[in-house]
Amino acid sequence: MGQTIKATFTGDLLRKYGLLLALVLLCAVFASMSPVFMTERNLLNVLNQVSINAILAIGVTFVILIGGIDLGLGSYVALTGCLAALFASSGDALFIPILLGILGGLLIGFVNGITITKGKLAPFIVTLGMMTIARGGALVVSDGRPISNLSPSFNAIGGTFLGIQIPVLIVLVIFLISLFVLNKTVFGRYVYAVGGNEEAARASGINVHRIKLYVYILCGGLAGVAGIIQTARIETGQPNIGVGYELDAIAAVVIGGTSLSGGSGRITGTIIGALIIGVINNGLDLLNVPSYYQQIIKGLIIVGALLIDRKS
Amino acid sequence: MGADLNVLEMNNISKTFPGVHALKNVNLAVKKGTVHALMGENGAGKSTLMKILIGMYTQYEGEIIFKGERLAHSNIKSAIDAGISMIHQELSYVPNMTVSENLFLGNEPRNRWGVVDRKKLREDTQSYLNLIGVKLDPGTLMKDLSVSERQMVEIAKAISYKSDVIIMDEPTSAISDREVERLFKIIEGLKKRGVAIIYISHKMDEIFRIADEFTVLRDGTFVGTQPIEGANIDQMIAMMVGRQLTDLFPRRTPEYGPAILTVRNLTKRGVFENISFEVRKGEIVGIAGLMGSGRTEVVNCIYGLDRSDSGEIRIRDTAATIRTPKDGMRQGIGLVSEDRKTLGLVLQLSVKENIMLPNFQLCTRYQVVSDAKEKMIADGIIKDLSIKTPTRDQKAGNLSGGNQQKIVIGKVLLGNPDLLILDEPTRGIDIGAKSEIYKLISQLAEQGKAIIVVSSELPEIMGLSDRIIVLHEGKVTGELTREEASEEKIMAHAFGK
Ligand SMILES: Nc1ncnc2c1ncn2[C@@H]1O[C@H](COP(=O)(O)OP(=O)(O)OP(=O)(O)O)[C@@H](O)[C@H]1O
Ligand SMILES: [Mg+2]
Repeated sequence: MGQTIKATFTGDLLRKYGLLLALVLLCAVFASMSPVFMTERNLLNVLNQVSINAILAIGVTFVILIGGIDLGLGSYVALTGCLAALFASSGDALFIPILLGILGGLLIGFVNGITITKGKLAPFIVTLGMMTIARGGALVVSDGRPISNLSPSFNAIGGTFLGIQIPVLIVLVIFLISLFVLNKTVFGRYVYAVGGNEEAARASGINVHRIKLYVYILCGGLAGVAGIIQTARIETGQPNIGVGYELDAIAAVVIGGTSLSGGSGRITGTIIGALIIGVINNGLDLLNVPSYYQQIIKGLIIVGALLIDRKS
Repeated sequence: MGADLNVLEMNNISKTFPGVHALKNVNLAVKKGTVHALMGENGAGKSTLMKILIGMYTQYEGEIIFKGERLAHSNIKSAIDAGISMIHQELSYVPNMTVSENLFLGNEPRNRWGVVDRKKLREDTQSYLNLIGVKLDPGTLMKDLSVSERQMVEIAKAISYKSDVIIMDEPTSAISDREVERLFKIIEGLKKRGVAIIYISHKMDEIFRIADEFTVLRDGTFVGTQPIEGANIDQMIAMMVGRQLTDLFPRRTPEYGPAILTVRNLTKRGVFENISFEVRKGEIVGIAGLMGSGRTEVVNCIYGLDRSDSGEIRIRDTAATIRTPKDGMRQGIGLVSEDRKTLGLVLQLSVKENIMLPNFQLCTRYQVVSDAKEKMIADGIIKDLSIKTPTRDQKAGNLSGGNQQKIVIGKVLLGNPDLLILDEPTRGIDIGAKSEIYKLISQLAEQGKAIIVVSSELPEIMGLSDRIIVLHEGKVTGELTREEASEEKIMAHAFGK
């Protein structure tokens, strides 16, 4: 008896903090191999690089929690980024481009959500379609060319505030809000219920369609935020940017322990998942691993992490 | 009595889950060609013991001797190969597969090229369905079947393995009397062929009819094994509950108020037709009928889970438009569904979350949930209905079947509906808890609630209802007052006479 209780206790600990442990181990490995890794400058750099993926991953966590998926995130980043850039060229434009970027994202999410709920189509198909639509949209808005000469106040979004990169601060705020929404609000509870058993949720008087719609809108809106950050950071609206971003985002969610079949998972896990991916990218860069090999190693680490997770 | 007569012996079995000591040194000996009833309250450990036997749980203490040899199987497949099969309490099926694919899952007949033999698959399925006497197309998808049809498929599946021991975990909780009779005939046949049956049920009359011996578990401990001959029901209940039970159905003198629900000519093409009845404040109306008679479909339409084609539903004499469960709840209707697994619970969420799911308005301000209030409310329900769970944060799916049912009842009661619809409310609930629930239903009626009880159990319908409506193939064929009602009359109407 005593032994089994102890075993489940360490089991619980592992389940709770295993992910964090993996992140720390990963950092330790890279730190021992590269002297630069542990410097303050590099760590802040990692956080900055992770920010876009983290925002997308938070959005898609909600979607995966309700048992859906969004495959178009990278294209949304390009489209919303170009939209913002289009209106960011005059002298001190800041508010309007931000507004349009976010609105664009919300609208994309709205269309996704409506098509999935009212049109009764699979999220996989709908968002796959939206992926190419948004990419096309980005090319149309930008006329196929990068949009540059953006206002300094807009570009400042990619800069720092009190020594910390603004994108990192934005992620922090979004993270805290999502944590609150998911754990403390009725909406958050409904998200888990809808993902866990849609029929039972409906029978309990929940408007399942509405919850799903809100979730896709939220995910689209966050993609808009990511698009704005992306554009400000490279000071250009790039219609071709963001290819494959959705895969990194989904990987972060899954590494973070959220089940792809919906109903269970945590936002904190997603953030740690995004950090793990970011640290791998950064560490391999520092070690000068050629980028082709980096991709292979990254894939192996992701699948390996999931295998270990299933075992424990 | 020689031990060699025992086809199965489970000795000193113990099993723990995190926070739960589910079994403590339990013994079970089953003789060849007999029906052995396994009894005990909800959460006593019956299903857990059987899951160990069938190889679903491999971490346990103790030994299993099967056909004279120590059984060390490692999974369900090896248990089935050894000669043990099981009808599960919580239905397990692949929703998007057909009846025949489900029946022979992992066991498909193959032709000589090693490819699944579709024709034989169909024929074999048909012969098993005929054997258990259900009319079903083997090509129907499982998800399109009713709960009772799914249960019958499950029974056919267990029989198809030709095992030496068949475990039946509450096989009759979802089927009506006719199917029960059919099942009992099949059991007789199996007994003659030397098959031993371990039979779990909370229905005492069934136990006395078919069992040869019984074993009682209480709180995970072994209370005793006895032959049915010479045993009486009170003594059996005392063994299970640890106390005497009096009067299953409380007496009450009903006082009726105005009609809460009036249904007029409600019709859903091909399902039910011209259903009209009313339920008054303080009244308990029972709906009886065979499986497939449309009982569940009617109440689902009243609650908003389903939509009717025509007809009228009036609540407190005002026409009501009810299109979704949300509308139903707004009108003050609460439904305890017969389909616990798909409609009643989110199995992977906690007991607390499930209780609160339709009731967040009770502990919410500006959409933010108050943790403290939520816990208090959930704990209240856990206590009131004596739901057996280590903590409120336990996953609902980890609770015993009867305790899951109590969660569903609890969450609906918490909404304080004026019209309470209970569809098979005591499915899988032990006799002690049953009497608690009957008491509760009577009290609610006395407090002025209107109540509809749908049930396949005639004693339950007759014991509770002030008035009984009988359906046959989607039509009302009879209405009986409490005084008029008898089993014979209800059955006659149920068969359309
Ligand atoms: N997977 C599990 N994880 C944790 N606890 C469990 C699990 N399965 C069962 N239990 C607990 O073990 C105890 C015995 O459960 P079991 O399902 O065997 O009861 P039962 O006798 O079949 O009850 P019922 O008549 O309600 O079906 C219960 O307290 C239950 O909550
Ligand atoms: Mg059970």
